[in-house]
Order: sequence, then structure tokens, then C-alpha cells
Amino acid sequence: MKLDIRTENGRSVAALSGEIDHHNAREIRAELDRYIISVQPEELVMDMKDITFMDSSGIGLIMGRSKLIKECGGRLEVREPQPYIKRVLRLSGIERIVKIT
Amino acid sequence: MEILNEIKFAMPSLSVNESAARAVVSSFLIQADPTVEELSDIRTAVSEAVTNAVVHAYRGTKGSIELTVRLLPDRVIYIRVKDRGCGIKDIKQAMEPLFTTAPEEERSGLGFSVMESFMDRLTVRSVPGRGTTVTMRKRLTAHGD
Repeated sequence: MKLDIRTENGRSVAALSGEIDHHNAREIRAELDRYIISVQPEELVMDMKDITFMDSSGIGLIMGRSKLIKECGGRLEVREPQPYIKRVLRLSGIERIVKIT
Repeated sequence: MEILNEIKFAMPSLSVNESAARAVVSSFLIQADPTVEELSDIRTAVSEAVTNAVVHAYRGTKGSIELTVRLLPDRVIYIRVKDRGCGIKDIKQAMEPLFTTAPEEERSGLGFSVMESFMDRLTVRSVPGRGTTVTMRKRLTAHGD
């Protein structure tokens, strides 16, 4: 699991790669939370095109970050999840809360 | 029921073993030549069942998680995930979408929903104080289906 946070046209982009499960979601959560709290970005994009696996732990990860960034006055977007990850996202109904592009 | 092939393994309830369980199950199932989507569904369901055992069954303790994977006739995959942890008092409630006893850990309460949705059949048996056994089945599409 790898996380690389960069700025792209004024937007914060967190590029994730590898697998998201309960074990490694904790590490990503801690790193993203540190970034959100210190930078307070208006917009944070979780770029998921290089995520090769995600179970429902990823839903908790996205929902938790969405809540935190809203509390900080920003918004979260999930970008380019692979089709099999989209199925997990769809099952959770998370697209009603978070923009998925 | 005739068993065409079978693998059994046990591991301690360490979260790092969630990916190990997925990898072992995937390697074993390659011989059945599942589609990418089928393999992805099964890996996700296994991950949910093993994570439930790590997070809920052995909360704050360590124990053993036993996995059995069978190839049955008609391209049916059978998977059993068994723990000897705390058990589930109310299975019906535990299986309700979004129900979780660990919201502080950002558990979404979707584990059983994912298993139900990605597999053809899901059975949960549990005795409080004795443990939980989750069995799942999925029939792979025949080549040319």
C-alpha cells in the first residue's frame, strides 16, 4: 500500500496504490488525517485508479475522511476506482455522500 | 458431496494475515480458472470473513482462524472460515447492513452484506463464547456460458 499526496491545479490529490483492507487502512487513515488537519484543503481527491483490491474497510476509510474534511470546511472526491472496486462502493451507497468520478 | 480438491489452513488472528488469506485462496482457485470478476468477488468475501474474525471474534485477544476451500462438482466453490472467538449473540442483527459494534474503528457494518452480495450462498453459525463459522458458496460460470 502506497500513498502519495500532491497538489494538482490547486487541489490536493492523494494517489493510493495497492490493496486497501482492515490491516493497512489504519496507516492510510492516520496519514490522510494528519494531512487534512494540518493543510485543511478545500478539496481532497482520493485517486484510486491504482488500487488493486478493496473490501468494506475502504468504505469506512472513505466515509471517515469525508466526515473529517467536511468538519474542516472542505469536500472529498473519489477518482477513477476500478470496476470491481466500484461494485463495493455501489453496495455501500457511498455515492450519495461522496462524489465519485 | 464429492470433493474434487481441498485446502485447509489455519493462522493466528493477526490483521496482517488478511492479505495472506486472500493470496492463499486465490492461488488455490486458479486451477478452476475463474473469471477476474469471480476471483475478485471471492477474494473480497474471504477478506470480509477473515477481518470479522480478527476484529470481532478475537477482539483484544489472539486466536486461530481456520480456512477450508473446496472445489465441488459443477464448478462450485465452497469456503469455510471458522474461529473459536466470542461468538455472535444476535446473528440477524449482525447481518443487517451498516450494523457494527466497532464504529470507532470505522467499521462500516457491510461485511456480511458484501459476502451475501458477492457469493451465491452465505451461512453463519455462531455460539456465544464458542465461536463462529461462516460458510459461503459460489458457482463459477462454465467456460462458454
